[in-house]
Amino acid sequence: MSQPDTGEWLLGHTSLPREQQVMLTRARRLQVIGLAYLASCVVLVYLVMGSSQAMKVAWVEDLLSLVPPIAFLFAVHRARRPRSVSHPYGHHRAVGAGHLAAAVALLAVGLFLVYDSGSALLKAEHPSIGSVNILGHTVWSGWLMMGVMIYTGVGPVILGRLKLPLADGLHDKVLQADAEMNKADWMTAAAAIVGILGIGIGLWWADAVAALVISGSILKDGWDQVRGAFGGLLDSEARTVDDSEVHPVIDDILAAARSLAWVAQSGCRVRDQGHVLHVELFVVPVGESVTVERCAALVDALRALDWKLDDVVVVPVPELPVGVRTRPRGLEPES
Amino acid sequence: MRCARALVGLLLAAGLAGCGAIPRDPDGALERVRTEQVLRVGASASPERVVIEGDEVGGTEAVLVTGFARALDADIDWTLSGETELIAAMERGELDLIIGGLHADSPWADKVSLTRPYASSRDPEGETVTHVMAVPLGENALLVRLERYLDEVSP
Repeated sequence: MSQPDTGEWLLGHTSLPREQQVMLTRARRLQVIGLAYLASCVVLVYLVMGSSQAMKVAWVEDLLSLVPPIAFLFAVHRARRPRSVSHPYGHHRAVGAGHLAAAVALLAVGLFLVYDSGSALLKAEHPSIGSVNILGHTVWSGWLMMGVMIYTGVGPVILGRLKLPLADGLHDKVLQADAEMNKADWMTAAAAIVGILGIGIGLWWADAVAALVISGSILKDGWDQVRGAFGGLLDSEARTVDDSEVHPVIDDILAAARSLAWVAQSGCRVRDQGHVLHVELFVVPVGESVTVERCAALVDALRALDWKLDDVVVVPVPELPVGVRTRPRGLEPES
Repeated sequence: MRCARALVGLLLAAGLAGCGAIPRDPDGALERVRTEQVLRVGASASPERVVIEGDEVGGTEAVLVTGFARALDADIDWTLSGETELIAAMERGELDLIIGGLHADSPWADKVSLTRPYASSRDPEGETVTHVMAVPLGENALLVRLERYLDEVSP
């Protein structure tokens, strides 16, 4: 850690600032711990699930929630490979692939939840939860299930909260999708507890209704993530890690270009490669003022804006191409 | 979300209030057996386990069920028929319990609630089979009460 620029701290071609190095180390450690914890949940839930709808859903959900951490570890591993002639943009797109996998897993959880609890309600299936014999005592299995659900619900609350700031700092959308999955995790656990308690007091439908209630929110998160992952793979304009808005660094790029006297007009297209952004800045120079030195200086200025801006090209053009952003947000349109 | 929280609170309150009474039956089977003092049992013949001679029902499972009825202060109202008929009758709500040498891997598991295996034996091929009884689907209080009884008498 004392030598920031060794190969260990490169993401492809991009060297990470110290803060991001720490975050990346933490994120990887967190995911390995998370995977071990999830594996224990999968085994425990399987052992106690019986024929409760909500427990079965929670189990499938636990299985699917293994996908995002694995996708994250794979994506980070792959994204570290250096650029080469065969991969001139590096391997950052591995993040996009991982994001799509994680997003589809999240959406699948939502869809499965709706299908499973919906069909149980339509068929009016009365869930059967019997007893277990523990050291000679006959104990209702529902209590055991609730205990396991508390165990599987507490972890994701903590893990999800720890992951969100790391996802933001590393601009890692797989981690972001994973944090959403953790939210789905603890929500299904909570729904299962309510459902089993409901069955305990003789409401056979409680299980399925509790699952349906939370499925809406999970479906929405899953759908948003899939849309975001698709957008990323389609080279849409770079957005913040939670996809809520156009990435603010784009405004900074345009402001930097506009501040130069030799630049008459400028426009940029910025796409998210995963962790890092790829910037193409088109400039229409004033008269014959453009020089190689001026272009190189602008590239350096842009790269200094943010660690995510590494692969930056400045292209002098006679006129701006179609479909580039030309004005920073918040600036009045020119009349 | 507020609605969900209210639901949790309601369920918790209800759960704590009737802690001893969990689980309860959605259709009140155990409650009905206790108040009407009648256990409606369906029996289909099975060697050694359910032996039917005239109107008399004998065999190991019949003995167990008789003991269970006594524990609930109930008399038994027998229905003697084939397994398929009995399952259909239970789905219509006409039976509380079925005996008939049912196995734990019974294909009826999605139509009725099977108990935990209370005994095992070897079939003619030498394979181990585990024996269960059936109660109406999702009547969890009756299910747990029966399992507790079977735990007590056949440890």
